[in-house]
Amino acid sequence: MSALLQLSRGTLVTSWAPLIVMLALLLLAPFVLSDFRLGLLGKFLTFAILALALNLIWGYAGMLSLGHGVFFGLGGYAMGMFMKLEGTGGKLPDFMFWSGLEELPFFIAPFKYAWFALPMVFILPAAVAGGLGYLVFRSRITGVYFALITQALSLIVSILFIGQQPYTGGTNGITNYSTLFGYQVFSPGTQLTLYFITVIALAVVYLVLRLVVNSRSGRIMIAMRDDENRVRFMGYDPAILKTIAFAASGGIAGIAGALFVPQVGIISPSSMGILQSIEIAVWVAVGGRGTLAGPIIGAVLVNAAKSGLSESFPVIWQFFLGGLFIGAVLLFPAGIMGLFRGELSRERFTRPLTRIRELKQQGIGGVVRQWTTTSFR
Amino acid sequence: MEVWALQLFNGLSLSSILLLIALGLALSFGLMNVINLAHGEFIMLGAYTVYALQQAAMALTGDVSSSVTFIMAIPLSFVVAGAVGMLVEAGLIRFLYQRPLDTLLATVGVGIFLQQLARSIFGAPNVQVVAPWWLTGGLELTDGLVLPIKRLFIIALVLVCIAGLYWYMYRSSEGRRTRAVMQNREMAASLGVSTRRVDNLTFALGSGLAGLAGCGLTLIGPIGPSLGTFYIVDAFIVVILGGLGQIPGTILAALIIGILNTVFEFGTTAVVGKVLVFAMVILFLQWRPNGLVRVRGR
Repeated sequence: MSALLQLSRGTLVTSWAPLIVMLALLLLAPFVLSDFRLGLLGKFLTFAILALALNLIWGYAGMLSLGHGVFFGLGGYAMGMFMKLEGTGGKLPDFMFWSGLEELPFFIAPFKYAWFALPMVFILPAAVAGGLGYLVFRSRITGVYFALITQALSLIVSILFIGQQPYTGGTNGITNYSTLFGYQVFSPGTQLTLYFITVIALAVVYLVLRLVVNSRSGRIMIAMRDDENRVRFMGYDPAILKTIAFAASGGIAGIAGALFVPQVGIISPSSMGILQSIEIAVWVAVGGRGTLAGPIIGAVLVNAAKSGLSESFPVIWQFFLGGLFIGAVLLFPAGIMGLFRGELSRERFTRPLTRIRELKQQGIGGVVRQWTTTSFR
Repeated sequence: MEVWALQLFNGLSLSSILLLIALGLALSFGLMNVINLAHGEFIMLGAYTVYALQQAAMALTGDVSSSVTFIMAIPLSFVVAGAVGMLVEAGLIRFLYQRPLDTLLATVGVGIFLQQLARSIFGAPNVQVVAPWWLTGGLELTDGLVLPIKRLFIIALVLVCIAGLYWYMYRSSEGRRTRAVMQNREMAASLGVSTRRVDNLTFALGSGLAGLAGCGLTLIGPIGPSLGTFYIVDAFIVVILGGLGQIPGTILAALIIGILNTVFEFGTTAVVGKVLVFAMVILFLQWRPNGLVRVRGR
């Protein structure tokens, strides 16, 4: 609580007021929007949680993961399996029966219990992220390499889920749910409740992340992003810190997936594929990486544009998406939040000039230092 | 015995395609620290160049499987993909050299754009390129072992490319400049090497190699707008395994990945094979984090 107070000191109006307004708007939305629109908004908000998760590892720890679709999907599959088994009363679901299975596999059977399935929504993706992350970070793999490895992860897991039809439902995924904790999943009342749960989950994730990034460990994480070696020399172990951040990020993505499934009614390998995983990065980039409100704004705006454009003009949507990727990094590297803070892209283009000016000010020592650091790289 | 020999041969043929794709990636990564996620779409560009040329030839002469068209298509696929690569480098990537992760995202955008462009021009369904007559059939080594000529041709094409790349990098003055910039960018620049030109040419060269790979792929099966995505992740794994943009490491890694993929796929299923290869690469990196061939730092 003292941390919260400390955070809000002096910045109360500027930093908390927009958030409270945003939260109020989200809570009032059900009274304005139609059921259909509200369902869409609920879906976008689960994407916003997913974007916050990616932003933790990319925006703050500096590691771009192109595999967050996998963690989202794992959480979604855990939730989907739970709902499916509730619908069948713990008996064999239809898609398993069609694929020739006769009884529930031992590793799927526990998902019929809420006390197992609901924690698994977080634990399963966090464990996969933590395991892969530990191996990768331990061998000091960073930057582009990490992005490529996580991209391979999303390819492999998605084809694995397509291939294992008896256990995962193959390409179609898991769908046709009936009830959730005894309530009809697709009744307006349940959907409204799910919407509110999503808003609350988003608010909680936001607050927790805000505490984390402003905490001591959060500062170390940011320091690690900016200069990993220096953090290592100070006695911290970047591998462990990154592993924890990546696992937490994966777990949060899993929660987003679990909230997505009952609102949309399906989880399939296409949610975990390469393109889906990369799109998450664009939501974050459009909103503004390394900020907490940015990813939320980005996820909602990009997906609203997507559902608006792709329904009526699928071709234009693809070109627009391509342009969005390019524009977001080339023209607006700081995203929408950057516009608010006045960090326009001009600075990016003029940076080499300022660099030379800095070196001139530092004199010959600066030039030598610059040379030695780049050639020892 | 024959079955295994054929598997090994198929592995080699996959390796050679992967190598052609991965060399382009490794070159631009070694030189500029950027990874081009649109690289797969340059493969697709090369493949559609062959298809478009063949369609044009058919409209003009009525002969679909003309040898002349196919032979003309080989350099053309290199030139088309290379030219688009040059444009992408000059118009986009050069602004992002300080930010490798951003390059990754921007090139994804280029890839999505090119894929949709191909879909708009050539249609979403796959199309088939007709191979000239002298590439059909097989070379019969023993009774049970017949090597398809097409795959032999691809391996030969790749060998020629590697020889050409070797000549370019180690025998031409342009290549000497490229290696100088790879070793020490600032020093090369201060000695008068135009690093802008080197970056641009090398990126175009890498894209052109991907175009050639696409040209080779038209012989193996039908081609479609998302052709590149089937191969690109494997090519990334080759680059990761091979080490920091090193050509010898890339060659070795492509051989290993191609053969392992085919052997695992034969022993189990395609999916399990991919999972096994991925797991092995991750474990290998525990032992040698910098890949197969390490650059010796000063």
